[in-house]
Amino acid sequence: MKKFKSEIKITLREGILDVQGKTVENALHSMGIPEIAHVRIGRFVTTEISAETQEQAFEIIDKACKQLIANPIIEDHFIELKEI
Amino acid sequence: MKFGVITFPGSNCDHDAIFATQTCLGEQVVNLWHKDTQIPDDIDCIIIPGGFSYGDYLRCGAIARFSPIMRSVVDFASRGGLVVGICNGFQILTEAQLLPGVLLRNTNMRFICKDTWLRVENTTTPFTNLIEKNATLRIPIAHGEGNYFADADTIKRLEDNNQIVFRYSNEQGEITDAANPNGSINNIAGIINEKGNVLGMMPHPERYSDKILGCDDGLIIFKSIANYIHSK
Repeated sequence: MKKFKSEIKITLREGILDVQGKTVENALHSMGIPEIAHVRIGRFVTTEISAETQEQAFEIIDKACKQLIANPIIEDHFIELKEI
Repeated sequence: MKFGVITFPGSNCDHDAIFATQTCLGEQVVNLWHKDTQIPDDIDCIIIPGGFSYGDYLRCGAIARFSPIMRSVVDFASRGGLVVGICNGFQILTEAQLLPGVLLRNTNMRFICKDTWLRVENTTTPFTNLIEKNATLRIPIAHGEGNYFADADTIKRLEDNNQIVFRYSNEQGEITDAANPNGSINNIAGIINEKGNVLGMMPHPERYSDKILGCDDGLIIFKSIANYIHSK
């Protein structure tokens, strides 16, 4: 059994108003940084996975993302995997 | 009839729901623990109360959905049992996919705790059968994530099937942007599933269930449920 480390980036889907991102964007503009636009805020999750292969590890974590870690109605998730 | 009120770690409106149904309505109530795996056979209506189940970790309602009792709730609902999710309970029901859509952060980024007016859009449900069509109810909200969102197809389906039960309005029952506290699409405050036996709503009827609390507009929802069950 091998061990893998996953790094998961979860973002709100394009087109869904990110009120947190918008608020931060407004604050950045108030600070005098008008160059920054389209601020989106997400979550970053890391896990360790025991699996025989990288493909199997990906399947495990992808299923976990779809069922719990992200909400597919409003969020996209991106998984990076490496063996440790 | 008998209500079952579920307590999750972090629920904080469970005893308000018990007070509303037992003391104000005069019906029987059983308090259920989230680790229970079975819903007693004599329960007619499950209430998933408000609060901050599991500290709202990950997303509101996301972890509670996997509590042992939720499997029984899904089963109970699929057999036609009545289920009401209030506030965090609504969030749990969407995470459990018993209701469509999701509750996003309020557009003003704030936790809002205030009275709202609701226009009752559908009075043919088990939850609203004693209310007059287009009547308004004064019911308080208390949430940070109550901004109802669903994709355009889902919203159309909800509208076409008359599944939107409550909308935020002004006192006169007009649906306006000013009356929308949290940014919900089409001022949606509460919906039912397609079968009509699962209700989710962000406002708290149990908090306005006795005049001593300042208002008892919420009691008619519990009275409607009892009326529905007793007349079955």
